[in-house]
Amino acid sequence: MNALTVKDLHVKIGESHILHGVTFDVPAHKVTALLGRNGVGKSTTLKSIMGLYQGTGSIELNGSQILGTPTYKIAQAGVAYVPEDREIFSSLSVRENLALASRSKNNGEAYKTIYELFPELDSRATQLAGSLSGGQQQMVAIARALLNENEILLVDEPTKGLAPKLVTEVASALMKVAHQTTMLLVEQNLALVKRVAENIIVMDQGRVIFQGGPENLSDPAWVHQMLGVSGGHK
Amino acid sequence: MEAFILIGITGIGLGALYFLIASGLSLIYGLMGVLNFAHGSFLTVGAFVGFWVASKMGFETTIPEFILAMIVGGLAAGLFALLIEQLLITRLYERHIDQALVTVGVSLVVGAVLGGWFGNDLRMFPTPMWFLTAIDVGGAQIPADRVIYISTAILLLIGNWALLKFTRIGLIIRAGVENRHMVDALGINVRKAFSTVFFLGGFAAGVGGVLVSVYSNGVSPLIAGSYLIYGFIVVVIGGMGSVPGSFLAAMLIGIIKQFANYYATGLGDFVVVILLAVVLLIRPQGLLGKVRA
Ligand SMILES: Nc1ncnc2c1ncn2[C@@H]1O[C@H](COP(=O)(O)OP(=O)(O)O)[C@@H](O)[C@H]1O
Ligand SMILES: [Mg+2]
Repeated sequence: MNALTVKDLHVKIGESHILHGVTFDVPAHKVTALLGRNGVGKSTTLKSIMGLYQGTGSIELNGSQILGTPTYKIAQAGVAYVPEDREIFSSLSVRENLALASRSKNNGEAYKTIYELFPELDSRATQLAGSLSGGQQQMVAIARALLNENEILLVDEPTKGLAPKLVTEVASALMKVAHQTTMLLVEQNLALVKRVAENIIVMDQGRVIFQGGPENLSDPAWVHQMLGVSGGHK
Repeated sequence: MEAFILIGITGIGLGALYFLIASGLSLIYGLMGVLNFAHGSFLTVGAFVGFWVASKMGFETTIPEFILAMIVGGLAAGLFALLIEQLLITRLYERHIDQALVTVGVSLVVGAVLGGWFGNDLRMFPTPMWFLTAIDVGGAQIPADRVIYISTAILLLIGNWALLKFTRIGLIIRAGVENRHMVDALGINVRKAFSTVFFLGGFAAGVGGVLVSVYSNGVSPLIAGSYLIYGFIVVVIGGMGSVPGSFLAAMLIGIIKQFANYYATGLGDFVVVILLAVVLLIRPQGLLGKVRA
């Protein structure tokens, strides 16, 4: 069963044609990693799923078409988004960032879960989110996505720019969440990808060039050819 | 010393009027990126409806009657703003140049219709007698109407702050000023916040319209023009999207303008334009504005 099915997705931003017929599936209750060099269109793909860019083709969430639907309805349908630049609200406190995101009144359990994952968010509740460190901001961005019941989580480079200790913390939080949800994860850290991903998609120049199991990630030649990095030893 | 106090308080009173129009302009721009040139017509609608209510009471009103006229004028302007938003602005979502043109059009139509109907001459606004008395502040004789301008602006500032700080819609508005696409991505229809902001901005402008008519010794479709321009200047100096910034800038401009005019008639406008240029050069985001991502 696929949670998300993207078919022949074309997206233009202004005059530039960024996605050239992207096609892939995200199986339910699994973590799928979306990989590829910088600038191949991974973030654009996630934003298009979120309805932040318009495109043609088809995007189905549990069998219903969501392409062309307003962003807020896509989110209400159960697509949660952790954007590449975190995009937390810096002039709001941590508590306000979370309160804004929580759409259900019955959110006691959800809050408990996120404070267990990130105890710091509880102790820093009144701090302005803009004054948090990059890692703490990432925690806010992830927690925000976990406060509602979701069909799928879209997570864009959650460990980008974080110190090694925080990479570990964010990664372990993601691994805990991974058991309970469907996730489409863009991530450059191959060590993390190997630990969480059950399925991988590789993009190049606005197209999908590979979809399959994660076994190939252990083959340095394959990794070098597909991703242009030497990742086998990580 | 007395002259100093009189000019200072008159400046603050004038600043209060600027704030009433600028607070809505600032939030509307901050949240939606709309340069709302129709805002002056909200002021005019509030002034005329308030005038109509006050005129029912006779040539003079009691203070409660005047406050009633002010609130009804504000509500009428708020509803008018909501109508404009629903009929015109929502259809031009994210088309900023078209929005600017349409809102200019609205202000021209409102001015022309009211001008055709009532003429452009000033009509005396029925005010309480108390407004014509003077209050002694440190030896200076301050016209009592200034007290109403200043206290109304302070009440609206507090109301605005409380709404933004303590309600869910306020939270959505503050977040939306920062990043409205992310608010949408959290499953919140940010356009509902747009309607609230239009209503509130219209309400403040409408209340301001009644007070401006008192300050200008009468209502006319022509009074809104210069206040709209000052409203935009206040918004730019205070910082787009920041209500406290608008308050600060409005007071600053009111006071500076009054003092400059005291030393040379007409110097006030010139000094304000210089101030605008200086702020744009050294702090383009405005006094309390944030640099946008
Ligand atoms: N807002 C934009 N306007 C124009 N081009 C863009 C915009 N965003 C991304 N691009 C271009 O689209 C391509 C894909 O970008 P992106 O999806 O961010 O790649 P990735 O996330 O895989 O690194 C890049 O060539 C980038 O320069
Ligand atoms: Mg990216």
